[in-house]
Amino acid sequence: MNLDLLYREVILDHYKNPRNRGELESPTVKFDGHNPLCGDTVTLHIKTDGEKITDVKFQGDGCSISQASISMMTEKIKGLSTSEVKDLIENFRAMMKGEEDKEIDMGELEVLQGVKQFPARIKCALLGWDTLKQSLAVLDDRKI
Amino acid sequence: MSSFDVETIRKDFPILSTKVHDKPLVYLDNAATTQKPNSVIEIMNEYMHNHNANVHRGIHLLSEKSTEGYENARIKVANFFNASQPEEIIFTKGTTESINLVAHAWGRKFISEGDIIILSEMEHHSNLVPWQLLAKSVGAELKFVEMNEDTTLNLESLKELVSDKRAKLVALSYASNVLGNVNPVKEVIEISHSENIPVLLDGAQAAPHHKIDFAEIDCDFFACSAHKMLGPTGIGILYAKMELLEAMDPFLGGGEMILEVGLHESSYKEPPYKFEAGTPSYIEAIGFGAAIDYLKAVGMDSIHDHEANLSKYALGELKKLGDVEVYGPSEGRAGIISFNIGNAHPHDVAQLLDADGVAVRAGHHCAQPLMNWLKVSSTSRASFYLYNTESEVDVFVESLDKIKEMFN
Repeated sequence: MNLDLLYREVILDHYKNPRNRGELESPTVKFDGHNPLCGDTVTLHIKTDGEKITDVKFQGDGCSISQASISMMTEKIKGLSTSEVKDLIENFRAMMKGEEDKEIDMGELEVLQGVKQFPARIKCALLGWDTLKQSLAVLDDRKI
Repeated sequence: MSSFDVETIRKDFPILSTKVHDKPLVYLDNAATTQKPNSVIEIMNEYMHNHNANVHRGIHLLSEKSTEGYENARIKVANFFNASQPEEIIFTKGTTESINLVAHAWGRKFISEGDIIILSEMEHHSNLVPWQLLAKSVGAELKFVEMNEDTTLNLESLKELVSDKRAKLVALSYASNVLGNVNPVKEVIEISHSENIPVLLDGAQAAPHHKIDFAEIDCDFFACSAHKMLGPTGIGILYAKMELLEAMDPFLGGGEMILEVGLHESSYKEPPYKFEAGTPSYIEAIGFGAAIDYLKAVGMDSIHDHEANLSKYALGELKKLGDVEVYGPSEGRAGIISFNIGNAHPHDVAQLLDADGVAVRAGHHCAQPLMNWLKVSSTSRASFYLYNTESEVDVFVESLDKIKEMFN
């Protein structure tokens, strides 16, 4: 078993030095996610301007995979439109099954590809992304 | 076996010579479940090959043989724990079912609105959720014996709680599955009995590791699971004093537990059969009997001493390693060590240990209220049994050393 595929240097770096950790003073949406199986938690704070995500921060506690995945996610989505983020979410979920669209630039997130070989850890990598999806659904609901 | 020889013992457990990820298995997840000796595996095979038939039913040789094996297992369990009669031993699916049985068959009859059920803050969910369900349905209240700073049970807190006239039951873990505490159950029972309150012990983490004598501790109910003491899954026991069993309503209804059945009413058999509806797990019960034979042959005192030595050795090595927080008491600990190391999350610790062949548990260990008390979200847990060795502890600690470096 090659654990180096899972514990890549970039992942450990994001775990030890998480980016965008903290809270936003007046987020457009704030959403809690948790994984009841292993107790990992995340709270996403998202600020939008129209369709654009202008700022994002997170709080939470969990394993290196869940926390690094969230940290990388926050870096990647800042400045994107909500529809671009929705595509990204679906492509990240597809990546965990090895079915991603190679045309979409996943950037640094590609290091998380190694997780798909460890089925028990996929839910860790997805925690932040599932919470992001729910946050965007909250925003969509407000528009109606 | 006259003297304790761990290498001889290991040869009786086929799984211990297997490899995981090309590394020799170091199995330190015994609080979750234990491995099985050949004698248990073989007797279950033997029954399935040659003697299988339903118990207490057929007038034929195979059924008689099955029934004899099943009832002998009950006698072995009764003798092992020094119950006053085998009929006080009810076979169940395991500890969880045993506790639920008491909550239903005793609780619903004898606990009513406004009554108090006393638990502790260190309970496994299996000795918490059944009482929450009961309390909700009858309108009773749960109260919790406090823990001292060193995680030992606060007996003053217990004394205060049992002095309330509304208190009807104390239900307590004999040993904590997270902290490794062995609770002073004899004192707990004396204190509770002085107020005429019966005591249920969740013995899942105690029964495998040291000698327990029901007559001596005078518990009213006791639950444990075979699979945590070298036996198969799917079988465990509820012990209760005969007068309690006689006063209780049945638990599950069905075949085996009845005397006569009419369309509108039935009469029930005497204990233990009143509580054993349906075809019991008789092959598993026979396997449990063989596990008890094995434990008796090695000797529970030797097993206890071996685990205490291993625990002490492991705690010393973890201390040398540094940056390790160990939870639980410094004294009176069973072979369970819950810990966190540096900045590494338990989930990562367990995954990285697994790569070195070391099996531990990570998470909240089905004891979320206790995790809140400890102010941690999860821990890693290593738990020992009679077949573990100091050199296995060395593999475990060396692997932890690498993990510590990685997350530093």
